[in-house]
Amino acid sequence: MKDNVLSVQDLHVSFTTYGGEVQAVRGVSFHLQKGETLAIVGESGCGKSVTSQSIMRLIPDPPGRITNGSIMFNGKDLLKLTEKEMRGVRGADISMIFQDPMTALNPTLTIGEQIMEGILQHENISKKEASVKAVEMLTLVGIPHPVERLKQYPHQFSGGMRQRIVIAMALVCQPDVLIADEPTTALDVTIQAQILELFKEVQLKTGVSIILITHDLGVVAQVADRIAVMYAGKIVEEGTRREIFYTPQHPYTQGLLKSVPRLDLVGSDLIPIAGSPPDLFSPPAACPFAARCEKAMEVCDRVYPVKTKLTNDHHVDCWLQDPRAKSMLSPITLTIS
Amino acid sequence: MGTYLFKRILAMVITLWLIVTLTFFLMHAIPGSPFNEERNTSEMVQKNLEAHYHLDEPLLVQYALYLKSLVTLDFGPSITQPSQTVNDLLGRGFPISFELGMITLFIAVLSGILLGILAALKHNRMIDYMAMTFAVLGISIPNFVMATMLIQQVAVNWEILPVATWTSWKHMILPTLALATGPMAIIARLTRSSMLEVLTQDYIRTARAKGLSPVKIVVKHALRNALLPVVTVLGTLAAGILTGTFVIEQIFAIPGMGKYFVESINQRDYPVIMGTTVFYSAFLIVMLFLVDLAYGFLDPRIKLHKKEVK
Amino acid sequence: MGAPKHHEPNSSPDVLDEWFTPKQKNREDAEAVVRPSLSYWQDAWLRLLKNKLAMMGFVFLALLITMAVIGPIISPHDVTKQTLSSQNLPPSSQHWFGTDDLGRDVFTRTWYGARISLFVGFMAALIDFVIGIIYGGIAGYKGGKTDNAMMRIVEILYGLPYLLVVILLMVVMGPGLSTIIVALTVTGWIGMARIVRGQVLQIKNYEFILASKTFGTKTARIIRKNLLPNTMGPIIVQMTLTVPSAIFAEAFLSFLGLGIQAPYASWGVMANDGLSTILSGYWWRLFFPALFISLTMFSFNVLGDGLQDALDPKLRR
Repeated sequence: MKDNVLSVQDLHVSFTTYGGEVQAVRGVSFHLQKGETLAIVGESGCGKSVTSQSIMRLIPDPPGRITNGSIMFNGKDLLKLTEKEMRGVRGADISMIFQDPMTALNPTLTIGEQIMEGILQHENISKKEASVKAVEMLTLVGIPHPVERLKQYPHQFSGGMRQRIVIAMALVCQPDVLIADEPTTALDVTIQAQILELFKEVQLKTGVSIILITHDLGVVAQVADRIAVMYAGKIVEEGTRREIFYTPQHPYTQGLLKSVPRLDLVGSDLIPIAGSPPDLFSPPAACPFAARCEKAMEVCDRVYPVKTKLTNDHHVDCWLQDPRAKSMLSPITLTIS
Repeated sequence: MGTYLFKRILAMVITLWLIVTLTFFLMHAIPGSPFNEERNTSEMVQKNLEAHYHLDEPLLVQYALYLKSLVTLDFGPSITQPSQTVNDLLGRGFPISFELGMITLFIAVLSGILLGILAALKHNRMIDYMAMTFAVLGISIPNFVMATMLIQQVAVNWEILPVATWTSWKHMILPTLALATGPMAIIARLTRSSMLEVLTQDYIRTARAKGLSPVKIVVKHALRNALLPVVTVLGTLAAGILTGTFVIEQIFAIPGMGKYFVESINQRDYPVIMGTTVFYSAFLIVMLFLVDLAYGFLDPRIKLHKKEVK
Repeated sequence: MGAPKHHEPNSSPDVLDEWFTPKQKNREDAEAVVRPSLSYWQDAWLRLLKNKLAMMGFVFLALLITMAVIGPIISPHDVTKQTLSSQNLPPSSQHWFGTDDLGRDVFTRTWYGARISLFVGFMAALIDFVIGIIYGGIAGYKGGKTDNAMMRIVEILYGLPYLLVVILLMVVMGPGLSTIIVALTVTGWIGMARIVRGQVLQIKNYEFILASKTFGTKTARIIRKNLLPNTMGPIIVQMTLTVPSAIFAEAFLSFLGLGIQAPYASWGVMANDGLSTILSGYWWRLFFPALFISLTMFSFNVLGDGLQDALDPKLRR
């Protein structure tokens, strides 16, 4: 097993709102290995963005609060750092890219200023050196005429170009971990592919580990090494890309895969998952997916399933894995390769 | 850029022409005004009026000549003080009013912005509530009430500061304070809401994700964007302060243009009312225009828009 | 919540075997919307009720309107009756707010002033509303060249300094209640027209409007049934904020000697009269009208703020 750069244990995050307490993340654990790409997949509102922002400790408090858990990074628990120490981590060791490149850049500052301020914050170098580095970064992410472009404002760039700038901005201090929250959702399909290519290329060149937050399984299939599927604030299944795509075990994962258009399965219908996720004001203590699950059993509404480890990487939270379920449901037993 | 500027100047000129024309014809429409047939003014005044307004000519010729005199910045004679012209009054009164207005604007903008930022950064805490209650009070208390309250308390009861005239910095404190409260409250509220909105923007989150300190984020990323809407109201605020000088100068016996203006209203000195209105309107319209230009320089997106227009 | 331990064998003692049977299907569970659905107006009203400052303003205004109606009636003193023997009396059980230099009862005159101030405020807001809705509604709905031309005009009028124009008009038309309202609304409607136009433009292209259009609904009906209910929020707020600015303008004009004429009293006139005697110590003559101008403006302002917060659906959490 490779080294873990980042390891999250039993993370709980709550938001106090107008209507009451929302438990957005309810005991999430995962790890990130050096140089790999981990995708966290799920519907909107499943807690994937909150999880990623918790790692950066960027949850607005109030109303958000990390109520439990640990986030180990390079031997220290990020949740135990002071805000000032955490600032030293943000941008330098762990960087983040947000969904919409149109709004992620400050409209009144040149992109040069915005790229350079990160380096100037974390490294003790002159403005001139910083500008050289910024040019290097822009070249790395494939922006032509980087020297001239540094002096321009965000509105003078297209959406795809802006996302490249955002990536350059995030990588300028050579962080160990890059968290990308829906980095391609706001882009055109053709641009999406280019940006994903860029991620792979950048990872190859810099060895950065990437956490990719997305709801788009197409994106995941292209770049992820491992995949964690989140539902209602919990990771319900986790495995390598092969395992998740070819032998999904959780009915939710299976549902997600069936609801994605596939070119390789001609004639197969798209099957949406009926219903909507549970309300996180009062999440069910048992399996949150039971209400929408085709294979739900009595037990699913009573007790949360225990974690079943299938391979070294693959594990799932589902009662169908219980031997008793297999005997009950023998006609529709799932094949496990 | 050129097209935009041209359009903007054209609108400005039309607005000016509108107010000039409005003033001219309204003044000529008042029964019993010196411009009318049945006038009862002294001989000297009559001479002055005829010399300036060419009352013996047909109305349209009068109007044309009037426009011409305005272009040369000649605002005409006074009735009540026959030896004076509106230009004389402006020359004496306007510098004082301008000083009062500018000090007020400066105080209002500075303290309003500070208060607004403070409230936004301490959103939903005690300081925020206090600042905003203070601001609503500031908007709700008319400046003439504020002025009399200040006179009553500070000048009469405590005897700390002088009440009237405009001779030393001590005399300036109460009038500027009375005049600045309203605009300051408006700026504070606007800054707060605009700051709160900016702080939720994605680029602020990006800046936080870079590891910048809160102070740097506020100063470098939030402030400039938050203050853009504040710039847009400066023109309107200047107008409010200017009209505010009418009552403030009256109450504090400050010999500014506002005081002359109010006197001219009370004495129905129509040429002065006319001249002053035109002068003040021109002043404010030009202010609005300058504010627009300044906005263009502060927001890089506007420049592009203008380029696209071209 | 009991977080499961990792890598545990798949059998806990508290999980019974008979639970491993297919669940009774209850699809409604999955589709149920948990949050109670409230109509826009109900929701806004509830939020307004929670805003203490806005409710304070609301209650004060309700009391003020009541007193404006019944105050002059229940008071034993007449508004204009001059009693020379009781000049400039301080507040007492006889004259709660004291008397002025002509021996008139300030209490009675204050409520009478409330009538005038509220009348001016509400009339100005109402007329602004009518003109603004028609002008802004047409500009926004028609769009294109019509909109362009109409907004050019607004742009030019917007440059006019509001109070200066009002002063000019008052000088020309002479002081009086109706002339004040005319003067205030000559340029006052512009703000409302701009807001209405903005709202209409924004909402015009929403799909449900398009749906009505494809059903062949008439223009007037679209405006009345679909556009208006959806544009009301900012318009109501604008109206609430027009009232205090009109009240201020009236008081300001009265202060310049361009207001309501004697013997009738508006707060501005009373304050102006009171100001000249402030140094003689007759504080009550200025204090009460000034207090009520400020309180009324305060109430409208906080109510307007409260409405703005309550009517903005973006804030619903």
